[in-house]
Amino acid sequence: MSDIKIQIRNLYKSFGSNKVLQGIDLDVHDGQSIAIIGASGTGKSVLLKCILGLIKPDSGSAMVEGIETVGASRQTREDVLRKFGMLFQGGALFDSLPVWENIMFRFRQKNALSIDELRQVATDTLADVLLEERVLDLYPAELSGGMQKRVGLARAIADKPGILFFDEPTSGLDPITSGVINRLIRNAVDRLGATAMTISHDMNSVRQIADQVAMIHDGHIIWQGSVKEMETVDHPVVHQFVHGLPTGPLTKYAESI
Amino acid sequence: MQVLQIPGRATLSMLAEIGRLSLFIGQAIFWLVRPPWYGRQIFRQIIDIGYYSLAVVGLTTMFSGMVIALQSYTGTERFSAEGETSVATVVVLIITRELGPVLAGLMVAGRIGAAMAAEIGTMRVTDQIDALDTLSTRPMQYLIAPRVIAGTICLPFLVLVGDIIGVFGGYVIAVYQLGFSPSIYLSGTMEYLEAFDVIIGLIKAAVFGFIVSIMGCYFGYHSGRGAEGVGRATTNAVVYSAILILVFDFMITGFAFVR
Repeated sequence: MSDIKIQIRNLYKSFGSNKVLQGIDLDVHDGQSIAIIGASGTGKSVLLKCILGLIKPDSGSAMVEGIETVGASRQTREDVLRKFGMLFQGGALFDSLPVWENIMFRFRQKNALSIDELRQVATDTLADVLLEERVLDLYPAELSGGMQKRVGLARAIADKPGILFFDEPTSGLDPITSGVINRLIRNAVDRLGATAMTISHDMNSVRQIADQVAMIHDGHIIWQGSVKEMETVDHPVVHQFVHGLPTGPLTKYAESI
Repeated sequence: MQVLQIPGRATLSMLAEIGRLSLFIGQAIFWLVRPPWYGRQIFRQIIDIGYYSLAVVGLTTMFSGMVIALQSYTGTERFSAEGETSVATVVVLIITRELGPVLAGLMVAGRIGAAMAAEIGTMRVTDQIDALDTLSTRPMQYLIAPRVIAGTICLPFLVLVGDIIGVFGGYVIAVYQLGFSPSIYLSGTMEYLEAFDVIIGLIKAAVFGFIVSIMGCYFGYHSGRGAEGVGRATTNAVVYSAILILVFDFMITGFAFVR
């Protein structure tokens, strides 16, 4: 039990009459890269936001390295957040700041490094995501979607966090760029020895990034196993989702709601 | 009983909105006075609000001063022979007490309140506010407090400049169109003007600056999803700012001038 980094127990979250999470239980072990899969609107991102403390769950527990984040004080939450790196779905880069300030945002708030040192660390981090120094002074609006994702990844790993979260890292990208992002994410996770949680419904991405997979359906985790097991799973819902079949229980479920 | 449901629901919804806004204002004030203060953010907002609004406020107050001069001349002509003094007095009192702060407030609401709501609303829908949070930076402190500080500080300065330009507009019309003596007009301007008039105008401006920035931030921060949500936030920020400016103008005027 001691190697459990993230432990979710009995997590519930509703928005009005819409019951999104209905008792989620999940363990993520140290160094594990887990992907949470599921159809659109099943609460994957809500689960992630509950762990990050961005959304308060109705009940249940979310512990990171043994520290409860649900209902935690602001100071406790900030201490936990320092262990995290997060890549948002659209990159979520700050429009008003150039690339280097986006990457070094957390460092800049600490006032611990000079501007030259900050730019040097930003340059090194950009190299980790295969971007050249010339983008340092560009603004997010001047970058392509793939470059924005890479800068977002650079910002997530700049502080060398022990836990990384990726929310739909390849959404809106072409297959080639998606492949590059997946490889960069996998490399970053391996290099940092980090624990990673990826929210995705891109199965190629899941296969490249994750060791473990958990599927959310109807507010519950209905299956969890390794990527290898996922390919041969006989659970009808998971099988349909993983193989992208047009007919099956998921189709009937989608039509019923 | 069903007849009561619609007004009941509307009342509850309105009370909930007032509660949310009150909490937001409380949090904003709390973070205004707590370090760290983000100097670069405050400076950027001061430039945006103060410097870039100068032209709009200046033009508005100048033409208002000109119109008041013309209107008061044609009005006082009917019953008073001392047009030169009364026109100058009317222009300076209306500009400093009323039109300077109100027009500056409304112009800044249209220019800055809308921009704040759109910028913060876009940050909300593109997860930038969540990103700030995950980077251990409090959005209220980093985004909201600098805007409220800058809005509250800048508007009195804008109004002060607007007062001078507005009075100058009246002077131009009085001297060059109506043929008044410059020295009599200027002495008429200074004779009845009291420091109290200007100070109340500046207090109004500070209150309006607070209103405009807090409404822009509030509606942006609670913006709905998508372009429609941001658009609605922007509209609400301007409309509610304008209404509150006029309400508070009435209240402050009643408190300061009616004995």
